[in-house]
Amino acid sequence: MSVQELEKIFQVKIDAEIKIEPKDWMPDAYRKTNIRQISQHAHSEIVGMLPEGNWISRAPSLKRKAILLAKVQDEAGHGLYLYSACETLGISREETINDLHSGRAKYSSIFNYPTLTWADIGAIGWLVDGAAIMNQVMLTRTSYGPYARAMVRICKEESFHQRQGFESLLVLSKGTKEQKELCQDAINRWWWPALMMFGPKDTESTNSDQSMKWKIKRKSNDELRQNFVDMIAEQVKILGMKLPDDKLIWNEERRHYDFGEIDWNEFWNVVKGNGPCNKQRLDARKKAWEEGEWVREAATAYAEKRRARSKAA
Amino acid sequence: MNNDLINYTLHLADNSLILGQRNSEWCGHGPVLEQDIAITNISLDLIGQARNFYQYAALLRKDGSTEDSLAYLRTEREYKNCLLTEQPNGDWAQTILRQFFFSSYQYLLYQQLQTGEDKQLAAIAEKSLKEATYHLRWSSEWVIRLGDGTEESHDRMLKAADELWRYTGEMFIAADYEKKTGIDIAALKEPWQKRVKEIFNEATLPYPEKIFMQEGGKQGKHTEHLGYILSQLQYMQRAYPGCEW
Repeated sequence: MSVQELEKIFQVKIDAEIKIEPKDWMPDAYRKTNIRQISQHAHSEIVGMLPEGNWISRAPSLKRKAILLAKVQDEAGHGLYLYSACETLGISREETINDLHSGRAKYSSIFNYPTLTWADIGAIGWLVDGAAIMNQVMLTRTSYGPYARAMVRICKEESFHQRQGFESLLVLSKGTKEQKELCQDAINRWWWPALMMFGPKDTESTNSDQSMKWKIKRKSNDELRQNFVDMIAEQVKILGMKLPDDKLIWNEERRHYDFGEIDWNEFWNVVKGNGPCNKQRLDARKKAWEEGEWVREAATAYAEKRRARSKAA
Repeated sequence: MNNDLINYTLHLADNSLILGQRNSEWCGHGPVLEQDIAITNISLDLIGQARNFYQYAALLRKDGSTEDSLAYLRTEREYKNCLLTEQPNGDWAQTILRQFFFSSYQYLLYQQLQTGEDKQLAAIAEKSLKEATYHLRWSSEWVIRLGDGTEESHDRMLKAADELWRYTGEMFIAADYEKKTGIDIAALKEPWQKRVKEIFNEATLPYPEKIFMQEGGKQGKHTEHLGYILSQLQYMQRAYPGCEW
């Protein structure tokens, strides 16, 4: 069969909502796009452990410490499923991780912002996980089977995290003056970066058209961003806090909230590596990997010795 | 007696909390993702155990204490954990060996405690024993893997043993508050040594020589590390006193 014919069959399957599975024929670019996207997603889970991990040792109560530990651990688990999903496309976990360390692969820019106070942990749960869920719910219906299935599991845990984050802020919002200030300050700092998580505007997004056609993506960046704003603008009222946007206002005609313009300069700056923590995050990941090398080598050496011994026996 | 029981319960709680806090420092920095998850799991188990013990101690004290006031508002001189639990993570070898030494001890201790007179401690011990059993298995496997892995991992285990061995003696010397618990802590030493010998043997590691043993943790005389652990652990409660979180 010619490539053109294979491509035609492939697109017919996509259009008929039949999932693409690892052994199926797929266009090279489809494979590459999925590798890029899934690995980026896996890296985001792993790098995302760092800003939240920053508060584990200082969590303000034993209950909060346990919740945070469990949450960060869930993220490690998500990273694992996603690296496995990526492996079904023919790239090993090690190669994928090397791409992260060399800077070839990206991760979500949101994790290049620092967690300065305890309230940031709640704000990340509510806003960052909230924004991630918008994207991930869409991805449960993505066309590549292993990715879609990983997303179903991940979404369940993420929505739990989002509720925990919101609940943690709710406690602050009902607390002392200082606690309320911590809460508002965290919202002020995380709101715009959270909106940036949906990526460039549709008119500027380079990967979007083909991804929509292949149903890797099913909603545009701007559509998802709008859904997020609509959701958060309501939830923030329950907290009695404000989103830091003077232009945020309900538009009766559109049945959506209007909101102000994102600082795209900042967005591109952080993407290019100039965010407050880009260097620290990557350094921390590289350090963990390099310092773990002797451990991984020892585990491999021991496994080989055991195999040799059981063969000899 | 009640005071002894309170102190003993706090001692058990502090052991779990401090080791859990130490292990949690690995979260996000482990040598491989699966083990990052495993060490975090152990940390979570230990913090869960600590919470159960603190809650019981708070109940016994009848003075409005809570699990958090006991964990967050006692000073370094009031903490009663064994010195071993507060030692730095060092490299993966040191963390593994600390866990192995301590889990071997906790496993034996909880076995005794679950049949002890105090019903509440017995219940917590019974639940925690399942976790300690897993921690012991996991850390034993790692001791063997690293001891019998590469030359480098073997050397690192020797160095870890050299670092930590001096803190293992204290576990088997009863503090005053331990004497009326009905558990002969000194009697745990022999089975503990037997286990360590077995695992070290399989790991091709020499059993450490007899050296001077440090003690004091159970009485609140700690290594310099504990002050730093508590300054992080307690930061929020000290900076924002009396808040709900």
